[in-house]
Amino acid sequence: MKRALLPLIIFLVVVGFLFKGLFLNPREVPSPLVGKPAPQFSLVRLDAAEKTFSPKEMLGKVWLLNAWASWCAACKDEHPLLVELSKSDFVPIVGLDYKDNNQDAQQWLDQAGNPYTINAVDADGRVGIDYGVYGVPETYVIDKKGMIAYKQIGPITMEALRDKIAPLVKQLQAQ
Amino acid sequence: MIPEIGHFSLILALLVALTLGSLPIIGAARGNVAWMGLARPLARVQFLLIAFAFICLAYAFATKDYSVMYVASNSNSQLPIQFRIAAVWGGHEGSLLLWALILSVWTVAVSAFSKHLPDDMRARILGVMGLISVGFLLFMLMVSNPFDRLIPAALDGRDLNPLLQDPGMIFHPPMLYMGYVGFSVAFAFAIAALIGGQLDAAWARWSRPWTTLAWVFLTLGILGGSNWAYYELGWGGWWFWDAVENASFMPWLVGTALIHSLAVTEKRGSFKAWTVLLAICAFSLSLLGTFLVRSGVLTSVHAFATDPRRGVFILAFLVIVIGGSLALFAWRAPTVGRGGKFSVVSRESFLLANNVLLAVAAISVLLGTLYPLFLDALNYGKISVGPPYFDAVFAPLMTPALFLMGVGPIASWKNASLPELAIRLRWAFGVSIATAILLPLWLGNLTPMIGLGLFLAFWIIATTFNMVRHRLRGVGQSLASRIKAVPRAWWGMVIAHLGIAVFTIGVTVVKGFESETAVRMLPGDVAHLAGFDFTFIGVDEIQGPNYTANRGQIRVSKNGVERTVLQTEKRLYTVTNMPMTEAGISPAVIHDLYASLGEPLSDGAWSIRIYHKPMVEWIWAGCALMALGGLLALSDKRYRMKKRNKSSNNGELTEDEVTA
Amino acid sequence: MLNKLLHLFVASLLICSLNVVAQDARPLQDNAAVEVQVQRLSSQLRCLVCQNQTLADSHAELAQDLVQEIREMAAKGMSDQEIIDYLVARYGDFVRYRPPLKASTVLLWLGPFALLLIGGFGLFLQLRRRQTMAGDAPLTEEEVRKVRELLNK
Repeated sequence: MKRALLPLIIFLVVVGFLFKGLFLNPREVPSPLVGKPAPQFSLVRLDAAEKTFSPKEMLGKVWLLNAWASWCAACKDEHPLLVELSKSDFVPIVGLDYKDNNQDAQQWLDQAGNPYTINAVDADGRVGIDYGVYGVPETYVIDKKGMIAYKQIGPITMEALRDKIAPLVKQLQAQ
Repeated sequence: MIPEIGHFSLILALLVALTLGSLPIIGAARGNVAWMGLARPLARVQFLLIAFAFICLAYAFATKDYSVMYVASNSNSQLPIQFRIAAVWGGHEGSLLLWALILSVWTVAVSAFSKHLPDDMRARILGVMGLISVGFLLFMLMVSNPFDRLIPAALDGRDLNPLLQDPGMIFHPPMLYMGYVGFSVAFAFAIAALIGGQLDAAWARWSRPWTTLAWVFLTLGILGGSNWAYYELGWGGWWFWDAVENASFMPWLVGTALIHSLAVTEKRGSFKAWTVLLAICAFSLSLLGTFLVRSGVLTSVHAFATDPRRGVFILAFLVIVIGGSLALFAWRAPTVGRGGKFSVVSRESFLLANNVLLAVAAISVLLGTLYPLFLDALNYGKISVGPPYFDAVFAPLMTPALFLMGVGPIASWKNASLPELAIRLRWAFGVSIATAILLPLWLGNLTPMIGLGLFLAFWIIATTFNMVRHRLRGVGQSLASRIKAVPRAWWGMVIAHLGIAVFTIGVTVVKGFESETAVRMLPGDVAHLAGFDFTFIGVDEIQGPNYTANRGQIRVSKNGVERTVLQTEKRLYTVTNMPMTEAGISPAVIHDLYASLGEPLSDGAWSIRIYHKPMVEWIWAGCALMALGGLLALSDKRYRMKKRNKSSNNGELTEDEVTA
Repeated sequence: MLNKLLHLFVASLLICSLNVVAQDARPLQDNAAVEVQVQRLSSQLRCLVCQNQTLADSHAELAQDLVQEIREMAAKGMSDQEIIDYLVARYGDFVRYRPPLKASTVLLWLGPFALLLIGGFGLFLQLRRRQTMAGDAPLTEEEVRKVRELLNK
């Protein structure tokens, strides 16, 4: 094999990777928490200010933890889908109101609909850090034993719901 | 109306480029003089058409025409006029038009200054450049049209990103593109040589000035970008190994190897395969850089808004141009011929080692830049590769290259004697080591990195001084005439190499001795750093053309004597609601004093960061010297060519010209 | 009399509250030792929002929050490694600014030096091969003249 072919071969290999790269998202940071227990916390609720919420309460159920905020533009994209999902009673959705103002948050929910069975207020974002949140919205699928099964980075799209989240939830519910 | 005319002009330019990219090349293969002769006029017409389109777009910006989508996305009625014009290349579509314009400028320049080239070579060179132009024009017309209309027209524009509203935006991208795109000339020369089978010393001689000029522009462009980041971003950083910075640095490294390789091919007829491959790679890296910035494949602070369609198009273009040229290389390289013989220790071998080192450095930067993508594509997880990696890898790779800079220029061609070299260099070696150890100790901090950096810098200075003294040795003539007798190209090399030494000193000293402090200051408070006293005078609110700002003033004094007042602003741009910090900088040869206003704190105080950056300006002074050296070297050839007719030597080469 | 005393009292209070001597600026953070550790760590960790910057350099809110987290952990006496592990457990290896040396990054870290060795070795072989090449015949008079002509064009 001619040595002069080497540059061309190396180039074509690189092109292969670049092509694959076009369909990946370099900004996405995958979560190391998938397959591990959901971190514990105890936060005051938005929907019932005298009560607190803790993931322990959801043991035995499959549920979604959705980190959101009223100031977040992308959250507005997924909100209608969440509202529809909550109406179908398929899976309970718990909200994690991230670095938000209670008044703004409540106002937004009154306006756009409330898909959350429970809403926890993470005012300083500490719980978000524990969950590895780096940009809302992010959603976690948590199973009956309290383990994180999947993390959706960014708004939940129709495709993500249909192809990944819904099948996974069904599978976990059957366990 | 004007945007449509501009759009039409681009379509015409595409047709001209298609013709330029086909007929002259076919004509060269068939010996058809008429078709080959089309190259020159076609190049001129292409330039006029693209320049006209560019003027149309600039006009749309100047007249605040928000019915053009691109203008609406990147401009605003409050934007001052100079930034409205600079905004023409502030986004993806307009910057592509700038690319195409600059490519057409280089093409028409080659067509004008190529009378000494054989017809078929000129035809092929212009033809290849025409083909590249086809790619860019097609890309624009198909998926990135700057003239797309916005209907209904916006009432006002979304404004240019505040970070870009700066004189740096006016100079940095055009300068950088002149460099990137300029390597297309060397590329075209290489392809023409491969196609025509003519790869000799004459070919090297012809392509050398073009390559050097492109390299000079790229050097200035990178200098501009680094300096701009330093004073604009507010924390004194000047190089981040960001993907797009790397995309400009890799062609620079390969371009540097190329100009050295070309020198050898011209003088000794060796390194032909290397030179051709380097020419192909330099431009390929420029194109790759274009891809990386616009495809969304890598994260970068410089990246344009992304769209997978664009990415696929550019990638296809890369495969055709780079893949095609590398395939041509693989096929024709054996016919290029081997150069002369030279021994293991000789100037050739040192330059060859230089080629290898620079190529490895460029590949390493590429490896680091693309590695996160490799791992992600293979599903091995996500990592990030940043300055800790590049700094750790780059410095060791460059160390031997910098050391060789002292040895190579004085080694003889073909066969040099290592013991002789050692004897000649021992004084320089001693001086460099001594300075590298004593100077940092005197300044207060000696670490291996500082010692190494200073040693290499002083090594280059000492060996260059030695070389100049040796060269200027003469009896009976004045110093001035002896200096003039040495060809400019040689002086160019001296100055460029000294530029690298100056640059190395700047980097070493700033990294080794910089200091900073973060304080809370009430008016009247004094902070202390590096022997200076920084007194916070206070903050007042000011109004800019398209922003409001809090301006802080800090008096700098030493031993009670006032030196200067630093002004730093925290701006809020009205349209985008984006905050931005303008640092207050007092630049000087020995150090920069740098202050950055932070946030207002609860008790009326402000958080302020103050930096002391010793010799940071040497970094850019070094780059400027490199560019100056390149320009000097360039001016040598031209001078010689013009004087040929009037030379008293009957057109014969003098001894000096032969050995330059 | 009482009035005068009162005036004197108020006047002296006012004078005491005036800060006539220039005050040295207080550092932004109060605990200098902890701050050194915070600075060291935050320049080794990547901001996940502005992904090309360290936590130290980034102005993003998440970066400020994480730096605050680090500050609290450092104040509690946690070591560098413990703090880094804490963040990697939540954000993955991506948060490390310096790519860790693992099986998957061996190529990255050793690549350049392997290339250098290969390049150097290849260079050495090339140079040796040139030694055994036939030397060029010296140019004839005719050829010298032609060369001069070409170069003088």
